[in-house]
Amino acid sequence: MTDTLKITNLHVAVEGKEILRGVDLTLRRGETHALMGPNGSGKSTLGLAIMGHPNYEIVDGTIELNGENITEWEPHERARAGVFMAFQRPMSIPGVKMADFLRHATTNVRRPERKEDEELLPMREFRKELYEKMDQLKINRDFARRYVNDGFSGGEMKRAEILQMAMLRPKFAILDETDSGLDVDAVKLASQSIAEIGRSKMGILIITHHDKLLEHNRPDVTHVMLGGRIVETGGAELAIEMHKHGYDRVRREHPEDAAVENEMKKEEAAV
Amino acid sequence: MTATITQVGFSQESFDAFLAARDEPQWLLDLRRQCWDAYTALPMPGGRDEEWMRTDIRLFRLDKFAVPGDLPADAVCPPAQLSEGVELAGQATTLNSRSLFAQLDPKWAAKGVLFGSLEEIVREHGELIRPHLMTRAVDPRKDKFAALHGAFWTGGFVLYVPKGVAVAEPFHMLSAMTDGGVDLGHALVILEDGAEATALAETASDSETATGLHCGAIELIVGREARLRYVNLQDWGHGVWHFAQQNALVDRDASIQWTIGALGSRLAKVNQHVALVGLGAEAQVNGVVFTEGKQHLSYHTLQHHRAANCRSDLLYKGGLQDKSRFVWRGMIKVDPAAQKTDGYQRNDNLMLSTDARSDSIPGLEIEADDVRCTHGSTSGRVDDELIYYAQARGLTRNEAVRLVVTGFFQQVFDRITIESVREALGHAIRRRVREVE
Repeated sequence: MTDTLKITNLHVAVEGKEILRGVDLTLRRGETHALMGPNGSGKSTLGLAIMGHPNYEIVDGTIELNGENITEWEPHERARAGVFMAFQRPMSIPGVKMADFLRHATTNVRRPERKEDEELLPMREFRKELYEKMDQLKINRDFARRYVNDGFSGGEMKRAEILQMAMLRPKFAILDETDSGLDVDAVKLASQSIAEIGRSKMGILIITHHDKLLEHNRPDVTHVMLGGRIVETGGAELAIEMHKHGYDRVRREHPEDAAVENEMKKEEAAV
Repeated sequence: MTATITQVGFSQESFDAFLAARDEPQWLLDLRRQCWDAYTALPMPGGRDEEWMRTDIRLFRLDKFAVPGDLPADAVCPPAQLSEGVELAGQATTLNSRSLFAQLDPKWAAKGVLFGSLEEIVREHGELIRPHLMTRAVDPRKDKFAALHGAFWTGGFVLYVPKGVAVAEPFHMLSAMTDGGVDLGHALVILEDGAEATALAETASDSETATGLHCGAIELIVGREARLRYVNLQDWGHGVWHFAQQNALVDRDASIQWTIGALGSRLAKVNQHVALVGLGAEAQVNGVVFTEGKQHLSYHTLQHHRAANCRSDLLYKGGLQDKSRFVWRGMIKVDPAAQKTDGYQRNDNLMLSTDARSDSIPGLEIEADDVRCTHGSTSGRVDDELIYYAQARGLTRNEAVRLVVTGFFQQVFDRITIESVREALGHAIRRRVREVE
């Protein structure tokens, strides 16, 4: 059976305000989906909710992994089950070396049953693999000794996220604006990396409003979000259309969702 | 050996009996008498004293303690944390202020190094000790506790390194205490001109909940062009009252790296002073503090620039858990003569509970006009977004919190050049961190 990540009728609220209003999405391992939509339409919220962010309250609906309901799972349990998210704004952890952080993360994800006081992956073995991946991604090995995302440039952070994905080998990866802040070459490299990790081995959800990353990772399915719902789903051509012509057509054809979008924008402006 | 005294409390009678039983040079007996006089004259410090206003000792009952007597029959010396796997030049241990053993590598003894129990060595080498013992670094008249210490100190340690001798391996000193015990130890380190040494000192109780009283002092006398690395890890049981004067004097072109670990005791009130008394002297002070339960730790640091062209750099990092409280009062004092002073002090605290409290009070007192002195202090909680990020990478909440706390202390660990010390402190902190609310 193909691994499947299934989102059903997901309603998510932040500080009591509903941001997602019933999202359905099924991602199978081996597929690449694009998630597009204007700013504030709820794309990142969906990603963060799938990853279990504590501030994103799931009011209704379910997230299922291979038929198992993971809606209430802790983020680390989701990560260990094979769900990964490359964050738009990764956090820096001063004083913690990238290599130490990743060794801990990699051990936990590869040995999901590991208890807190059990051994980590052997240092030598881990370092060898880490260096291989870094070389592949053309990341300077000094990175391993730097503190996690501390003082990293925007591009360095994004590449560090890709590196983490490469080490953790997830079943499902959500890439939230991984292409923003990267120049053309870096996007190419990131795409190659994704290809090398194996598109066929992952279900990928690419959140973007550019097409740079999509050029190299042609989506099998494109979703367009508006006002907290997925209003259209299509093939690669839908992504191309959105990129070329913007969201006006979608807004015209989905006036109710466009009205919600307006409402949300007004509220945000008022705050 | 000294006769045993078992007297209740610190009274005139117990002092007279104590003194009568000492086999010590006359000058030392005189010094003890002067300190006793100071003790009787000085008031118990209280909330009106600037130094004590944040540290409430009204529950402290000195009359519950007494001059250390015989060791309890079942006394067990707790293990050391800093010396594991370290090749040492010398090693000494006291239990309840009583010297258990001391040894010094003969190759250093042959070079004139002295190391061991202060109360034993002072009998043989009194004239060497006399100019330094509570004359220049620690003032036994500073307050009632300092005077009590000056009158009654026993056991203790001394390290003396002659001119130009550089000792490669560290010295290790363990001051241990049994539950309900008393430690009045005094550590005296004298490096003559051009000497070099590393000393690892630590305190320990026989259980984490042990009670007791430590009223002690540390004096570090660093001669011209000498180099001292000194570590003191305070890890008394959480029922111990800890009062201490810890002072260093650093002479011309000499340097000290002084690292303190503050983990134990019920209440600690410590003065840690570094005086830079000769041109071009340097001091680096590192503090690693972790409090939990209802612990109250109060550290008053002074970087006293008394000569020109000196540098001092202090970094204290504190982690606070449960209902504990940490007070840091830091002062950089620059005398009129101390031109071209470069002074820095910083205290960062990480709050691991909403009930913990930190008071971080940096201060400058500058009387020279050509100086650079800066200070900073921060206090913050563990960022939830950081925890989420680490959790999204498969770490449990506990692991994430420990990681963030470890990272927080890394900046000060990076400055500590002795691996066994970094490891012991890191281990102690990781062990203490519990889930954050």
